[in-house]
Amino acid sequence: MSDTGPSTRHTEYHPRWYRSRVSTWWWLARWPYLKFILREISSVFVAWFVVLLLLQIRALSRGPDAYARFQHWLQTPLVLLLNLVTLFFVVFHAITWFNLTPRAMAVRFRGKRVPDLLIVGTNYAAWAAISLVVAWFLVRS
Amino acid sequence: MPETISLEVLRYSPETDAEPSFQRYDVPLRKDWVVLDALNYIKDKVDGSLTFRWSCRMGICGSCGMMVNGEPKLTCATFLSNYAKDAAPVRVQPLRYFPVIRDLVVEVSDFMTKLQSVKPWLIRREEKPLSEGEYLQTPDQLDRYKQFSMCINCMLCYAACPVYGLDPVFIGPAAIALAQRYNMDSRDEGAGERMDVLAQHEGIWGCTFVGECTEVCPKHVDPAGAIQQYKLTATIERFKSFLLPRGAK
Amino acid sequence: MAKQSNEPVLWALFSAGGVFAAFVIPAHLFLLGLAFPLGWIAAPNYESLHALARLPITRLYLFALCFLALFHWAHRFRYTLYDGLQIKHLNELIFVCCYGGAILGTVLAGHLLWSFR
Repeated sequence: MSDTGPSTRHTEYHPRWYRSRVSTWWWLARWPYLKFILREISSVFVAWFVVLLLLQIRALSRGPDAYARFQHWLQTPLVLLLNLVTLFFVVFHAITWFNLTPRAMAVRFRGKRVPDLLIVGTNYAAWAAISLVVAWFLVRS
Repeated sequence: MPETISLEVLRYSPETDAEPSFQRYDVPLRKDWVVLDALNYIKDKVDGSLTFRWSCRMGICGSCGMMVNGEPKLTCATFLSNYAKDAAPVRVQPLRYFPVIRDLVVEVSDFMTKLQSVKPWLIRREEKPLSEGEYLQTPDQLDRYKQFSMCINCMLCYAACPVYGLDPVFIGPAAIALAQRYNMDSRDEGAGERMDVLAQHEGIWGCTFVGECTEVCPKHVDPAGAIQQYKLTATIERFKSFLLPRGAK
Repeated sequence: MAKQSNEPVLWALFSAGGVFAAFVIPAHLFLLGLAFPLGWIAAPNYESLHALARLPITRLYLFALCFLALFHWAHRFRYTLYDGLQIKHLNELIFVCCYGGAILGTVLAGHLLWSFR
């Protein structure tokens, strides 16, 4: 008979417990687990954005020709696809992050707990405002 | 509604089995029956050897936690009629991530030890003498920890937590939520003592905020929230102890 | 008292990075990766973008973004490798690769932004 636990002397008063091993694919078994792993994977795409940003800065510092080449590279289908996927994951990160904020911080105002929806709503409003500011800086030319 | 419903219950007999196996039973489908009723029917009328824990049958003792179709549930609060339309039988298995002693009974001393380690009681530097009266608490002060005090120690959150499943040294959702219940209690002065246990790597830091513990909690304790809030508290304390002169704790 | 773990610091960086990334990266990426290359919005010309990037405040902002976003990735990815792949026995290696990578990226960003002309 197979023994899945540490070797214990089994008596009739201490039966052999059954311990099952968690599968490497545990995260595929339930949708909430898969959603969780996707959320965690979004961090890889955040890191890819940093790489992209650094490539842009490097191209900018090397002169107009280098920058034009960089812009051209951004237009190639593979890179466009990658950045589309990245955008999806980055937005997924933002949405999951904002939705979880009220859970992670018990904000109290005058003794009472601030309603979750208010915190989430504030997050989204700030997100919209900040995005507009970023866009304004980048678009004006 | 059909007359009967099928259950597939995981059986494990340590004297004779190397591995658990499913056994199928057909039980009457009554409108008001829960899974626990089905299990009791099986034990009474069909197979007396079926072993499982239960007590209050009203969702307050925390004894009857099991996996029903892969989800941690209190069997006294899960209606059979919810599964009447399913083609497949209802699968009942012991609570996930705990060693199985027999059939649907799991070994819970790991949780008990962890719970004790966070000192889930009021800690005072000095007890007030009786003559000084009770510790007074306003409704707002009660509100700060009340949600975490609703925990019935049913361990459904442990069965839902993949971190606990992958790394059994993780202290787990309920233990941390209960530690917070006392940390946030205005009558308590033991936050520092509990921090030593919780701030270890196998304390709060193993948690990656999957959030499933909160989803399955039958008493809406929100252990995931308790843990994240405590991460913030522990981080602030850490920075304070780093920046402020010693003895400021 | 038990030895003070460094987890709070790493978690604080992860959280700060997460907040920063959530608020600003979508806008940046939408413009840089889709709107400008596909011509939906006219891209800024080289001179004005270069002038914007030269400003000390911009360089500081970009450095903070890179630094925090990288440490956000490092912390989250480290735990994903622990849990997702169950390769806890490679603990130290994962730790070094993740935070080491973040440090490397931060140094690179710092160098690029400091020497930007």
